[in-house]
Amino acid sequence: MTVLVCVKRVVDSSSEVVLTEDGQAVDGRYAGFTMSAHEECAVELAVQIGSAVGGATVMTLGDADAVEQLRAALAVGCEAATHVVADPQTFGPADVAREIAAVVKDQGHELVLLGNDAADSGDFQVGIRLAYELGWPVVNGAATVSVAEGVVTAGVAGPDGHETYRVPLPAVVTVLEGGVSPRYPSVPGRMKAKKVPIDERQPTAEPAGTGRVRLVLPPPAPSSVQVLGTGPEAAPAVVDLFEQLGVLAR
Amino acid sequence: MIVVLVEVTPDGEPAEVSLEAVTFARSLSAAGGGVPVDVVVVGEPSTSSVETMTAYGVRRVHALTGDAFAAFSGAAWAAGVLSVREKAGSVVVMASGTPRGGEVMAHVAARAGVPMAANVLSFGGLSPFVVTRQVVGGAALEEMQLSARPAVFTVAGHAVEASPAESPGAGDVVVETPAVADADLVARVVSTEEPEADLSGDLSSARVVVGAGRGAGSADGFKDLLELTELLDASLGVSRVVTSLGWRPHHEQVGQTGSRIAPDLYIPCGISGAIQHWAGCSSAKNILAINTDAEAPMVTRATYAVIGDLHEIVPAINEEIRRRRG
Ligand SMILES: Cc1cc2nc3c(=O)[nH]c(=O)nc-3n(C[C@H](O)[C@H](O)[C@H](O)COP(=O)(O)OP(=O)(O)OC[C@H]3O[C@@H](n4cnc5c(N)ncnc54)[C@H](O)[C@@H]3O)c2cc1C
Ligand SMILES: Nc1ncnc2c1ncn2[C@@H]1O[C@H](COP(=O)(O)O)[C@@H](O)[C@H]1O
Repeated sequence: MTVLVCVKRVVDSSSEVVLTEDGQAVDGRYAGFTMSAHEECAVELAVQIGSAVGGATVMTLGDADAVEQLRAALAVGCEAATHVVADPQTFGPADVAREIAAVVKDQGHELVLLGNDAADSGDFQVGIRLAYELGWPVVNGAATVSVAEGVVTAGVAGPDGHETYRVPLPAVVTVLEGGVSPRYPSVPGRMKAKKVPIDERQPTAEPAGTGRVRLVLPPPAPSSVQVLGTGPEAAPAVVDLFEQLGVLAR
Repeated sequence: MIVVLVEVTPDGEPAEVSLEAVTFARSLSAAGGGVPVDVVVVGEPSTSSVETMTAYGVRRVHALTGDAFAAFSGAAWAAGVLSVREKAGSVVVMASGTPRGGEVMAHVAARAGVPMAANVLSFGGLSPFVVTRQVVGGAALEEMQLSARPAVFTVAGHAVEASPAESPGAGDVVVETPAVADADLVARVVSTEEPEADLSGDLSSARVVVGAGRGAGSADGFKDLLELTELLDASLGVSRVVTSLGWRPHHEQVGQTGSRIAPDLYIPCGISGAIQHWAGCSSAKNILAINTDAEAPMVTRATYAVIGDLHEIVPAINEEIRRRRG
């Protein structure tokens, strides 16, 4: 069996977020691009599981530059890469799920890993829609995933504690960061990744779209901070504040 | 009609974020000419939870019971929600933007073949129905049109304040046992381990949270912060840098990819206040930032601040608390 992991090229949003002039997208010209932390963990899990079975393939639906994210996943151990070449801004979650399903059906994977939510659009649904496209079970928000004897075991931090799911293959699992540490690419890994041919495909259908009217930036919050002091001398003022807020009582 | 999935806490009460979603539903109902708000809960609701939901203006509580709902399955819960929606012909199906709420709504939307909007903050026009939702971890907002029916969405945590209705709803309870296909029970929780008690406590409901970021310096840099946490009977929350570096476990993380907190007082120490962290703490009533950098976003957005090295300030605060307690 083989594993497919789905990654999305997104603007690195750890610094200031800037919008494109038409308000339709986040502008990545200055911030640069990345894949989200959830997907880095999904890639790590796919590589770990893939190394014990038939290997891991990475895929993305994105513009020409998204090859960068495919190479990043190849550099840490994915063995093959598929690129559905399309403008991701015009593909809504249902469209993306349909395109991933087409790749799965053509390539015959038995386990698909995705991130829990994409760092830009934050739709929280592609994995679940994919499961319905394929008619497979889906576990959502897993921190740990392992496969043995045709059964996927996934660990999820649930509202009442640590939950375990066991589902037979084929299956879809969406991954939340925190359960594994993504490995860093080695130099040989990077070299090897450059040579892997990337399987390019066209979308199978016209996208239905995203429903996006436009993006706006939230209004900046005015600063009204009251500085209580500098250094350890501020301690009495801090404890006065605790008393005033009633958090010191016991 | 509007159907809201309400999550119930272990003590049998509706979760605060679910009551926020019900409050949101009520304002939507008012804009739409007073369509009734019904809720779906899983399991038989307690008397006091029904009282609360009634006070929040709920017309009817649909309680899903039966073996299919004994352990969580996103597909089974969605099947249950959709069975309620079909009977009542609702035009909106919604939940709070919790992991469970989002998961079940995504199943509902996929099954119904309609779009879903995650983390909605507010709505604009009704026809077309346009919502504003958080994207990029709250760093940007998207206006999104939801044309299909039912309109399916989740409400971002703390987007609205939970408040009871001016006049209570009927609050009828209807116990239902919808049929659930075997296929919907394949991905189902098979066991749940109680979390070990630790200082992260119940972050999302803590009254006071002490925060720690890269400024802690190392895994050994938490001694004074942990002491402050104990002195204030608080919970410890950390930034992603802290969990990524392995200084503290991931379940203590606050932010877009961690817990969302809403304490009376949050004390972020050595945390810069990146938007993804802010996404998890912006609902704190008071923020006291402790940071060497007076220009750090956490400081400028805080209610109060102390400028300086946390390794000097926090021990001094601890000392002062002990001194006053005698
Ligand atoms: C998709 C995505 C999701 C993310 N999710 C999260 C999330 O859920 N939670 C989260 O926290 N982050 C998240 N991040 C990361 C986020 O962008 C920041 O990188 C992170 O929050 C920074 O952590 P920090 O404030 O501890 O570190 P830094 O940004 O490095 O800030 C350290 C701060 O400590 C101060 N400082 C240093 N030394 C001292 C000292 N001795 N005393 C006092 N102050 C000191 C500095 O002035 C600075 O302000 C996410 C990022 C992405 C891209
Ligand atoms: N354009 C895309 N290409 C590949 N995978 C994607 C794409 N968009 C979303 N995904 C996957 O689906 C997950 C959830 O995305 P979303 O539902 O959009 O928040 C992401 O973490 C990715 O793993």
